[in-house]
Amino acid sequence: MADKAKTNTEDYLRMFSQMVRIRSFEDNANQLYLSAKMPGLTHMYSGEEAVAVGICEALKTTDKITSTHRGHGHCVAKGAEFKQMFCELLGKEEGYCRGKGGSMHIADQSNGNLGANAIVGGSMGIATGAALTAKLQGRDDVTVCFFGDGATAQGLMYEVMNMAALWRLPVIYACENNGYSEYTKTEEIAAGSITARAEAFGIEAFQVDGQDVLAVNKLATELVGRCRGGEGPFFVELMTYRYHGHHVGDINREYYRAKEEETLWKTERDPILRFRGWLVDQGIASEQDLEALQAEIKEDAENAVKYALEAKYPDTSEVDMHVYAA
Amino acid sequence: MREITLSKAVNEAIAEEMRRDETVFVIGEDVAEAGTPFKVLSGLVEEFGTARVIDTPIAEPGFMGIAVGAAMTGSRPIVDLMFGDFIFLIMDQLCNQAAKTHYMSGGKLNVPLVLRTNLGATRRSAAQHSQSLQALVAHIPGLKVAMPSSAYEAKGLMKTAIRDNNPVVIFEDKLMYQDKAPVPEEDYLIPFGVANVKREGSDITLIGTSSMVQVAEAAAEILAREGISAEVIDPRTIVPLDEAALVASVRKTSRAIVIDEGHQSYGVTSEIASRLNEQAFYHLDAPVLRMGAMDVPVPFSPALEDLTVPTPEAVAVQARRLCAGEMIHAA
Repeated sequence: MADKAKTNTEDYLRMFSQMVRIRSFEDNANQLYLSAKMPGLTHMYSGEEAVAVGICEALKTTDKITSTHRGHGHCVAKGAEFKQMFCELLGKEEGYCRGKGGSMHIADQSNGNLGANAIVGGSMGIATGAALTAKLQGRDDVTVCFFGDGATAQGLMYEVMNMAALWRLPVIYACENNGYSEYTKTEEIAAGSITARAEAFGIEAFQVDGQDVLAVNKLATELVGRCRGGEGPFFVELMTYRYHGHHVGDINREYYRAKEEETLWKTERDPILRFRGWLVDQGIASEQDLEALQAEIKEDAENAVKYALEAKYPDTSEVDMHVYAA
Repeated sequence: MREITLSKAVNEAIAEEMRRDETVFVIGEDVAEAGTPFKVLSGLVEEFGTARVIDTPIAEPGFMGIAVGAAMTGSRPIVDLMFGDFIFLIMDQLCNQAAKTHYMSGGKLNVPLVLRTNLGATRRSAAQHSQSLQALVAHIPGLKVAMPSSAYEAKGLMKTAIRDNNPVVIFEDKLMYQDKAPVPEEDYLIPFGVANVKREGSDITLIGTSSMVQVAEAAAEILAREGISAEVIDPRTIVPLDEAALVASVRKTSRAIVIDEGHQSYGVTSEIASRLNEQAFYHLDAPVLRMGAMDVPVPFSPALEDLTVPTPEAVAVQARRLCAGEMIHAA
């Protein structure tokens, strides 16, 4: 593991717990899909937990993020609650968006999550605009724009990075490179180097092991601080891996990805197992403590699922509410 | 009352709102020192500085997206899109992001932004700088669409748009920037969704948008000389649409022509005509006619371009036929 940015037990255990919460959330969401209890599809964040947690643990509640179709991890990491998240996934009234957004549009404005976006790369302008507001209004908010390697093929990214660099906006472009752009290997869709593209605009760019939560957090903490000091924007490429297919229904995927590769990442590079081992080695927590913590989170998630399954759907009168703001 | 140009009216509206509300800013290509190619924004950067009158690179999707994010976080951006034709470039940010954010978030996030752009052919600018694309955005729930027909409307609707908590698209007719009209010195707003009866009449209703209100008024003058009394109505905003006022007028006159400079097929004229058919059917003495731009890309040659848009004479011809009781099956 990398040198630490966090220094106390409470911080470490919160990071661990947040990563486990994401994994538990996704395990349950996947089950909801497989048991046909969830409408539609969803995209699993499992395997990428250290990215969302390492970054969001460097942020304040008032800082903003924009998220993606693979966005449950960002939402949890930025402070969202299980109950409202599962309610949203099931289209229930108590969901974060009253069931109108669903998995791909989950937003939690109370914690600064401006929303997941189902257009690949669609939120890059939004994140940059949030940073523009912060700059114009003299606030020290930082915005993190999460997106995948697939989104680096979108032209919007280059338009907004150009402006962010010209105007020195407090935004961090966080590219979660999980190796696959939907059903295609990233190397088949990305020419040259991804970080070099940001560097072409004079933006400092970094590549980091996205399976190492301490490394991610250390870099994020440094860059967020520099953003607050007016040194933004920054670009980070986080090397990570998605355990599931593009979405929960993408099960037979050997035609683009070998099972051996998946097994290797899950057993050798799992961000939760790695961090757990480190916590025990450092004497920060015992195996038993961590087992207990994981069991507690698992139970929380299961209870939230139960709650959401029984929660009520929005009244049909809501169908044409919220088209326009008052 | 003093008379000012439409250009000056827009400029005043923006300046007044920027003085009133510090969160309002202007963003777009050549909006600062250049004051836009039509000089509509001249002088704003001198008063408000480059932090609030922001020149961008030529990157329409980029600055539109930035405006959406700024609007979601406490700013009130006015996006300047140099030509209405460039709406095609920003469709995702406008229609998938700005229009849907409030709904998708269950009412928790707002996008209070104004997209000011233009419409209008006959400026000899050919097919990519002459389109009137209001129907495209009016089709998308979550967007409001204003179409000022004079300097007075341009100022009052712009101020209302800036204070609205939704994305509002304002189409100014680029041939009307130098047209003058009486505009009060004092502060005023024009509410959205309230049509304006420009001229009362009893034989036929002419519904026009933007510069087509002038076309309708000129047609009404021609018809008056022949003893045909035309009522002219300006909806001012097509979303929301003051359906009640339009229906009431048509129930009174029993005949209607809807005139808009967008392409006729699947257009604003089609939508309004359908609503009139649905709600005034038993009051009609003739089919409701649509008069939009021809369904062709706008041609460059003046000899061809002038054929593509409705004119007062063409409107008068159709009005006469309707009033004479001729059944017309295609305009």
